[in-house]
Amino acid sequence: MAYKSARLMDRGVKGILLAAAFLAVAIVFTIGLFILRQALPAFSQIGVFRLLSGTEWRPSQSIFGLLPMILGSLLVTLGAIVMGVPLALGCAILMAEIAPRSITAVIRPAVQLLGGIPSVVFGLFGMRVLVPLIRQIPVPSNTGFSILAASIVLAVMILPTITTVSEDAIRAVSGDYRDASLALGATKWQTIVGVVLPAARSGIVASVVLGIGRALGETMAMIMVIGNSVIIPQPLNDNPLTILLSQARTLTGNIAVEIGYSSGLQTNALYATGVVLFLLTILINSLAHALVKERAI
Amino acid sequence: MTTVIHTVGQTRNTSGQVKSCSTSLAHVTSSQYLRDKSNLKSRKLTQQSAFALMWLAGSVAVAVLVAIVGYVVWLGAKVITPDFILQPPRGGMAGDGGISYTLLTTFYLVVLTVGIATPLGVAAATYLVEYAGAIRKHRRLWSRLIGIARLGVETLAGVPSIIFGLFGYALFVSALHFGFSLLSATLAGACLILPVIIRTTEEALRAVPNSYREGGLALGATKWQTIWGIVLPTAAPGIITSIVLSVGRVLGETAVFYVTLGGSYRMPTSIMSSGRTLALHVFYLATETHAFDKAMGTAAILVLAIILINLVINLLARRLNRMMKG
Repeated sequence: MAYKSARLMDRGVKGILLAAAFLAVAIVFTIGLFILRQALPAFSQIGVFRLLSGTEWRPSQSIFGLLPMILGSLLVTLGAIVMGVPLALGCAILMAEIAPRSITAVIRPAVQLLGGIPSVVFGLFGMRVLVPLIRQIPVPSNTGFSILAASIVLAVMILPTITTVSEDAIRAVSGDYRDASLALGATKWQTIVGVVLPAARSGIVASVVLGIGRALGETMAMIMVIGNSVIIPQPLNDNPLTILLSQARTLTGNIAVEIGYSSGLQTNALYATGVVLFLLTILINSLAHALVKERAI
Repeated sequence: MTTVIHTVGQTRNTSGQVKSCSTSLAHVTSSQYLRDKSNLKSRKLTQQSAFALMWLAGSVAVAVLVAIVGYVVWLGAKVITPDFILQPPRGGMAGDGGISYTLLTTFYLVVLTVGIATPLGVAAATYLVEYAGAIRKHRRLWSRLIGIARLGVETLAGVPSIIFGLFGYALFVSALHFGFSLLSATLAGACLILPVIIRTTEEALRAVPNSYREGGLALGATKWQTIWGIVLPTAAPGIITSIVLSVGRVLGETAVFYVTLGGSYRMPTSIMSSGRTLALHVFYLATETHAFDKAMGTAAILVLAIILINLVINLLARRLNRMMKG
């Protein structure tokens, strides 16, 4: 009898678990489909091309062009990558290859903690420390709220992702490779550059791609330091580098700033912004995924 | 000594040169020796400068953390008093008052969100690992569906949180007319952490050795008895880690709640109330008021909570590690 009821229980539980799995997966797909459905009017009424390439975003006049935000997101991400990747990779190499275990035991939790700090805290730090510092740069109409401030904040925010994933990739390289290279007389550094890093290449690239994904998706910290003006970022004076001091708005910021007050076609256009962002991150993540898989083989 | 250094200098090029180098060993001249020696020196120098840069990178990373946490906690500590924690916020441009209601809202939201997402996520992960993994190959359609499900969860884990906010706004706030409320925020937040819980739990379940399952089944236990009595308890630290991770995620999340929770500073009286979490409070204080000191105080509490959560996670991970080894 006990056996029979246990069997019954077994089947019942399987059904319940299946239902839970089904529900979870259904939620996953609902999210994508729901946003897409809400965005469709924007795509059909404004046109995909005009939406993506339009240089102006003026909801009051029903002009919806996402180019300023796309450029804003790309520039900020690029800045974060330029600053963050060398730092993060240096950190990863140090932990995996160079530093003694006692030092690694300090750096790893620090990096991990950095990854857990809420984005508003980074934003607050950026607002109170970085923005006033950048405002000191003597360039006309420099407010401090800038692509530069946003890039620095983002560089710090993507560091944990890149460091953790690439450290794993470096550690996964077989010790035989290192021994062989050292036995051939290469120095430790030559071994790292010539053997270990190339062997860990796909994992390292994946870590950077994941970092890009994280950078594109960051919202609140960006709103706090980038100024949110809907303009195509341009240099403030003759020096092309002052483009970094230009204000901008990111795709994510565009959604967060306007969704609560929006109506009609503007709301649809914001969902379209979401679709663009969604597709962009899916593309990036599947790229990273494919790279990690390649390494596994 | 000379020959050793000589071979070092030669063999680092291509393997083809190894042979020529061994034949030339007899003819080592002093000038070659000097050249090779200087090559080693420069290589050592390159290594030293490169290592110095790596150490610099590591120090910068730690310094940045210390600077941010130190700055926020140092300035925040000045406003953190019992009054600050126990007084309700009073709103307005000056950002008067404390954070009692904010703490309460945060607590409600964390409990509700994690309470909804955990059972669902753990159950889904259990199915995916324990049942779907055993599906026979000839049921191709089914295993393909499972593959799609995995991909979906995987994808969602990498999607920016504002997308979840957008979804929450579209479905719960607008379409279902829940408005800006705890309910909308809870449901959107649950969607946000669901992939986190599923993925971490899956990992924990996969880490349980198969011999445990076989042992249970060999003793005559049913599959579910084995899972409930052996697999889940073994994976418990990993599952708890996933819950703690989600608590951290909800505490730190701003974008989702910014577009679903509204941002009222008042006391939440029902599930339909609007409200603010700690992170949202930091955002509103920093962007809409002049009360930067209070923003720092709130942020400091948030950071301390995150540090505590990280400690717990590390403790759990160590425990899990020890158990897997023992």
